[in-house]
Amino acid sequence: MKTKSVDDLMVIRRRAEGMLSLREKCNAIVSEESCGLDKGTEHIQILCCGGTGCKASESALIAENLQASIKEHGIADKVDIITTGCFGFCEKGPIVKIIPDNTFYTQVTPDDAEEIVREHIVKGNKVERLLYLDPKTLRHISDSKHMNFYGKQIRIALRNCGFIDPENIEEYIARDGYQALADALTKSTPEEVIEKVKASGLRGRGGAGFPTGKKWEFSRSYQSDEKYVVCNADEGDPGAFMDRSIMEGDPNSIVEAMTICGYCIGSHNGLIYIRAEYPLAVHRIQVAIEQAREYGFLGKDILGTGFDFDIEIRYGAGAFVCGEETALIHSMEGKRGEPTLKPPFPAESGYLGKPTNVNNVETLANIPIILTKGAEWFSSIGTEKSKGTKVFALAGKINNVGLIEVPMGTTLREIIYDIGGGVKNGKKFKAVQTGGPSGGCLTEKHLDIPIDYESLTAAGSMMGSGGMIVMDEDDCMVSVAKFYLEFTVGESCGKCTPCRIGNKRMLEILARITEGNGEMADLQRLKDLATVIKDTALCGLGQTSPNPVLSTINNFYDEYVEHVKNRKCRSKKCKALLTYTIDPAKCKGCGLCAKDCPASAIMGTVRKPHVINPYECIRCGMCMSRCHFGAISVF
Amino acid sequence: MENINLKIDNHEVSVPKGTMILEAAASIGINIPTLCHLNLRGTCVQNRPASCRLCVVEVQGRRNLAPACETKCMQDMVVSTNSMRVIKARKTIAELILSDHPNDCLTCPKCGECELQALITRLNITEMPFKGGELSQRKKELTCSITRNMDKCIYCRRCETMCNDVQTVGALGAVRRGFDTTIAPSFDKMLKDTNCTSCGQCVAVCPTGALTEHDNTDQLMDDLRNPDKIVIAQPAPAVRAALGEEFGMPAGTLVTGKLATALRELGFDYVFDTDFAADLTIMEEGYEILDRLKRHLEGDKSVKLPIMTSCCPGWVNFFEHEFPDLLDYPSTARSPQAMFGAIAKSYWAEKMGIPREKLVVVSIMPCLAKKYEVTRDDLKHGGLPDVDYSISTRELARILKRANIGFAGLPDSDFDKPLGESTGAGVIFGTTGGVLEAALRTVYEAYTGKTLPKIEFTEVRGLEGIREATIDLNGFPLKVCVAHTLGNARRIMNKLRSGELDYHVVEIMACPGGCIGGGGQPYHHGHVEVLQARQKALYSEDEHKPIRKSHENPDILRLYEEYLGAPLSERSEELLHTHYIDKSIKMTW
Repeated sequence: MKTKSVDDLMVIRRRAEGMLSLREKCNAIVSEESCGLDKGTEHIQILCCGGTGCKASESALIAENLQASIKEHGIADKVDIITTGCFGFCEKGPIVKIIPDNTFYTQVTPDDAEEIVREHIVKGNKVERLLYLDPKTLRHISDSKHMNFYGKQIRIALRNCGFIDPENIEEYIARDGYQALADALTKSTPEEVIEKVKASGLRGRGGAGFPTGKKWEFSRSYQSDEKYVVCNADEGDPGAFMDRSIMEGDPNSIVEAMTICGYCIGSHNGLIYIRAEYPLAVHRIQVAIEQAREYGFLGKDILGTGFDFDIEIRYGAGAFVCGEETALIHSMEGKRGEPTLKPPFPAESGYLGKPTNVNNVETLANIPIILTKGAEWFSSIGTEKSKGTKVFALAGKINNVGLIEVPMGTTLREIIYDIGGGVKNGKKFKAVQTGGPSGGCLTEKHLDIPIDYESLTAAGSMMGSGGMIVMDEDDCMVSVAKFYLEFTVGESCGKCTPCRIGNKRMLEILARITEGNGEMADLQRLKDLATVIKDTALCGLGQTSPNPVLSTINNFYDEYVEHVKNRKCRSKKCKALLTYTIDPAKCKGCGLCAKDCPASAIMGTVRKPHVINPYECIRCGMCMSRCHFGAISVF
Repeated sequence: MENINLKIDNHEVSVPKGTMILEAAASIGINIPTLCHLNLRGTCVQNRPASCRLCVVEVQGRRNLAPACETKCMQDMVVSTNSMRVIKARKTIAELILSDHPNDCLTCPKCGECELQALITRLNITEMPFKGGELSQRKKELTCSITRNMDKCIYCRRCETMCNDVQTVGALGAVRRGFDTTIAPSFDKMLKDTNCTSCGQCVAVCPTGALTEHDNTDQLMDDLRNPDKIVIAQPAPAVRAALGEEFGMPAGTLVTGKLATALRELGFDYVFDTDFAADLTIMEEGYEILDRLKRHLEGDKSVKLPIMTSCCPGWVNFFEHEFPDLLDYPSTARSPQAMFGAIAKSYWAEKMGIPREKLVVVSIMPCLAKKYEVTRDDLKHGGLPDVDYSISTRELARILKRANIGFAGLPDSDFDKPLGESTGAGVIFGTTGGVLEAALRTVYEAYTGKTLPKIEFTEVRGLEGIREATIDLNGFPLKVCVAHTLGNARRIMNKLRSGELDYHVVEIMACPGGCIGGGGQPYHHGHVEVLQARQKALYSEDEHKPIRKSHENPDILRLYEEYLGAPLSERSEELLHTHYIDKSIKMTW
């Protein structure tokens, strides 16, 4: 049904609320009870994660099997199976959640579907083995609200992810969806809406943290026959998937926010620049746009107010630099994805030379709720200069890998130890990398800094788009710096000299160091070069590309020195610096190592201790894995 | 206009609002180095990527260094172009560029003219930096006009700007990314397989030895020293206004007399002049204009108007590639270079009793597309080219130096007769607007039967991209237009295609400024004043010529009398006219 007025929206909303009332009601309570049709529960909903991560673990098949099973039991009229967006706890995916008792099943396989239906849905007995096991108390936890992973999170941008069916616009409407748009169009002037966004203190979540309201104000201030609203969905940091999850889990919030932005800056055209490698996100956004058109939230005369706005999708080929707004705009224009100098900012001259407002996905996802709940509510969360929450993709050597959303000002310690459940396998924490290839590595001493834009920059890293990779004692910091630089060198567009050649030269020096050919002067060379690149590169990519190198040199200088002076890598990551030796006391002379050595580097006679020729050894570690007596060690 | 006051290196400077730091600094004699920036003021030639980063300066209060080329001056700005931070950064950037550049200056064709080489000296870099660093491996190619050695590319994007923005040919662009980026045709194809027009503007602006001309000087030296060959020279009009620059003379010094002497000293058996053929071109093209006009006025609907000039091979290539549906519009008259070759190897050779095979016709051109033009099948006779090969103004300078000829001290002399006699109309072929003006001088008198009251048509002169005028021919308003650069040519052709063009005669030259700004001329290094001075020199030579109309050239009249009969006669058609071919690239997938 096409909405022609705010009243129409209210009609749909009332109808849609019914669908969600079960979830909304039980969302408010914490329950360890169990429901089941045999126990008298009248209606049950099964939420099945349909995010990319869980889908890769066959969550679509789980949903299918659940469907087949409820049919078999003849209870299809009493049980709904709903595919949602990401729940965030990707470490434990695929996730299946039972409503109304909030049972949170983890690591479900398609084979488990039948048991869930038979035991839980029908009989009302929880399937214990699928419940989350708290690593500290070793007790099963049934409701996610009891899990530390969710305990410190506040989900604003992710408010609908893992809760609604992203392909059903009515579920979005039932959760205040399009209310902010309706209010903006009918009750406020564009200036008033911009004022609210400004008052909320929302800053760009793409990395640089520019105040969103101010950006909108700039875009509004330029007069033009055409203006554009662009959603930057070109998420590219290694290991980051915040924007993807939002688009997969709550695509309508992006559509609504862009439409509001269009109203504010005086634009009728929206463009979403999205990586073609995000097929599911593309699909969900497409569905959302189509449904929004069908319901009258996009197109001509939106809600009968005379305001026109529509959205088109543009695909990116996955170049990291196209996340930079000027490069993104050039890519959309069909040109080479290269940044140009700012000013002029896109707000003045952007897509096709017209004023263009570029916002990142997460930024936009915050807009509707800020407008419905109020700027004051939003600005009460967070720190003095950074308001609201930030979504992070928590990854690396951490127990609870996943997508989290925490208030600004949360410390790294809380994130890593409380939410993340600490470092994997009881290893020692070494560093956490934030901000992706543009960020830096922070150490133990930074763990208690309350995270916001300023504090992370001051610590030598940056907020970035929200990638957070935890490293343990097994990670070599020189190799980590090399890894990130390899990424930047591969992703540099090549336009300016410092980034094109400078980063390549830095990488060569790092490679030299990890191969045992470094010299002490190389460390100064790295620092000097990094400083010049930061100072002279054309765009944000180049200006921040030396951060991983600089922060590791600053925080792990002794590790660099070890590589250069002692030719040793304490984490045993730099192959060229390893020495394999056989302990003659332990060696039984079985000859297995010599037999399997691909380089024929091990000599010895049977039943006599063998020796490794270090010049022939290719440091593959085969001998060590073959030895039954633990006689071979590496240092 | 509002002025901005700022401080650069402790000097107060006041500039109009919108001025970049680079220009503001230059206005008080502070020369900030740059390799990518190019701005031929008053023309459409502008390369402003702000990408080499050599021009970075320190702006007080700014977090990072600012590129002077694209950072606007602000009120009360305090700029330092030589603080330690800047000096260090600039040197590092130059070292980075050098670290990915072949270390072979001594044998590089650009040695001495290379902007990178000059910069490295200026920044006192005396050692190869970042030893052992990888050198990017890029393609090398030799087309009939251009030598590409992309290992030497520093990625300033000037050639790309010329090819895409100025010429709208689009044969060159950035391919791949990061350290592997190269400027090349799409998919890193060879230039010869593209729609490259050979205009050579990429070469004209390349700061290093990445793009240079196809060198024919060794071949010329061999022929000059071969006793069995008779080698004759035909230098183009624009050469005489620029060659002196290669020998330290100021831009715009006319060296016509020295040029003739130098060619003789070099060993050319006969030293003629392309200007003669320019006069001949005017006769053929002029009468073609008259013929089409006459038929048009008689109501013949099949007449194609406007008639377009066809002496520029870059332009001919361009319309053959891009506008194959409009091949009937340009004049069928060959270029002066080609007409000269045809006449030299027929009329003159017969007259002198020299067998065609013994003759070597060499043109000295401001142009690289002329090197391509001589290879065209329609400009060959019995499989042998009318013009054997073409060398550029720069190549001539090089070979003169090699032959120990002290050019600056040479006495003046005249070109040989009869193919060396020319008029002022022939001379101005070398500048944009010149061909049209020369044609108008003849067309006016032939059409009206009256003597021109004023010889100059100043309304078609200048450096503006597209200029138009209406000439009164006995009451008939002849609408004419002049365009230079292929981008402007495309504008004209698009209008022609859509039926919005309302001219009778259009002159088009591929290079900015016409031949004076050709791809084979001494490098202008971004100074538009050089082009202006060359243009002025050609008009001045015209002014001082005793005869200034092509149809009054006595040797041209004799040529018609003795050999050709009349313009557009059967023999003229055979020797002096050509046809065009559809070269559009058909995509197959």
